[in-house]
Amino acid sequence: MREFVLERAASSVEAIGLGGVPTSADAHVRSSTQYLAGGTTLFDLMKLQVMTPDRLIDISGLRDEHGRIVDLEDGLWLGALVRMSQAENDISVRQDYPMIRDALWQAASPQLRNMATLGGNVLQRTRCNYFRDTSYHACNKREPGTGCSAMEGCNRRLAVLGTSDACIANYPGDLAVALVALGAEVQLLSVDGRDRMLPFEDLHRLPGDTPHIETNLTPGDLITGFKVPGGAWTRRSRYVKVRDRASYDFALTSAAVALDLDGDTVRAVRIGLGGLATKPWRAHEAEAALLGRRLDEATAREAAEAALLGAVGHGEVAFKIELGRRTLVRALLETQAMELPA
Amino acid sequence: MNITLNVNGHTHQLGVDPRLMLLDALREVLGLTGTKKGCDQGQCGACTVLIDGQRVLSCFTLAALAEGEITTIEGLSGEDEPLHPMQAAFVEQDAYQCGYCTPGQIMSAIACVREGHANSDGEIREYMSGNLCRCAAYPKIVAAVKQAAPQIAEHR
Repeated sequence: MREFVLERAASSVEAIGLGGVPTSADAHVRSSTQYLAGGTTLFDLMKLQVMTPDRLIDISGLRDEHGRIVDLEDGLWLGALVRMSQAENDISVRQDYPMIRDALWQAASPQLRNMATLGGNVLQRTRCNYFRDTSYHACNKREPGTGCSAMEGCNRRLAVLGTSDACIANYPGDLAVALVALGAEVQLLSVDGRDRMLPFEDLHRLPGDTPHIETNLTPGDLITGFKVPGGAWTRRSRYVKVRDRASYDFALTSAAVALDLDGDTVRAVRIGLGGLATKPWRAHEAEAALLGRRLDEATAREAAEAALLGAVGHGEVAFKIELGRRTLVRALLETQAMELPA
Repeated sequence: MNITLNVNGHTHQLGVDPRLMLLDALREVLGLTGTKKGCDQGQCGACTVLIDGQRVLSCFTLAALAEGEITTIEGLSGEDEPLHPMQAAFVEQDAYQCGYCTPGQIMSAIACVREGHANSDGEIREYMSGNLCRCAAYPKIVAAVKQAAPQIAEHR
């Protein structure tokens, strides 16, 4: 690991003072100053020399300020410094947002969930081998303009939705898929000291020609929390994750589904897809295909066709298109079948 | 930078490079080589230690930020004391072959029980999945965790 200077912030105001140094970086991940929370992604990539910041701002001191889960009248507040294991065990999350609970307990390992924070987790970076292995020259995400080794390489774990000619790396996380499905908002503290809310769906960017710019955060922006809107659909919700191993693995495909049903008729539906896409993916077309209709295997399949309509498979990864459809069908039918406590 | 580490009931004042991970501080600086370096990349669980009772990966924890009471495999029982119930269960169930992952397995298993995640074979497998065993002693590890679980509640 390259040398770095370690500084500690006792408050979010102090953090943005330390973190908001002028930089020429075009993306927050490329800034020479990085915030350090759980460190489970940052140290991973620093040990691989994929990220080489020369200054880390430890923000664990912000836990009093931004480490709480709060029941709101119209939803749920998740502080950015909440640990994944803390959210997984929270009583409100467990009872009222089972999709979030299921996305968390199926993520990573218990040790990693004890360390990783929610704010850091949504910024987890791709597991594309060509991005992580610096002995490969060509990676547009790691070194803009060098090309993409994955396009014709070992790519069976990568993306089929939202890809570009420059990059097919998939977004690997689980929680973000639940947050995008439920229409969450992310709260940011900018270096000018102002709070702002951004739809979670707009936090991550499509790769386009600039896959190295992964989010709409500017260097120095600090994620302070997430607001998840409540609704009749949150209790009837699931996160279905399909992977090579039964546990402790990234999703090949996943589907986050929340339903409000009148009998079998869909009054409201929220769908997110994971493993399949270059960013946490909201499946608006699938939602539109189901709204107001009777949910059964046939309409679930129609929705799944709509969700994967624009999918593009490059070589090995093409199998994910059908696997993604089947994952969504299963998630829809399992969510429909949930027995809710009165 | 100057730091304080509290390990197994002892306090250590150290001058360290900010890059030093807790794993290397334990092994190379304090000579506590029971905690093992497996992948050094957050994937295998061999370096698992407890900080204030929570299981964490010492390869991803900066020594400079490791606040709280750290417990390693050496801290589970003293020289003249009987083995910790989880250590004894691993011995009795023969829950290892080469033994390299075992300290991490045992630290993780103690936390698994204390968290309340040892209620069935399936739950134990799920909540021990962050500790890889390349000898594949998994069935006996599950048996050891089950054997020790009722005794852990009574043990400190």
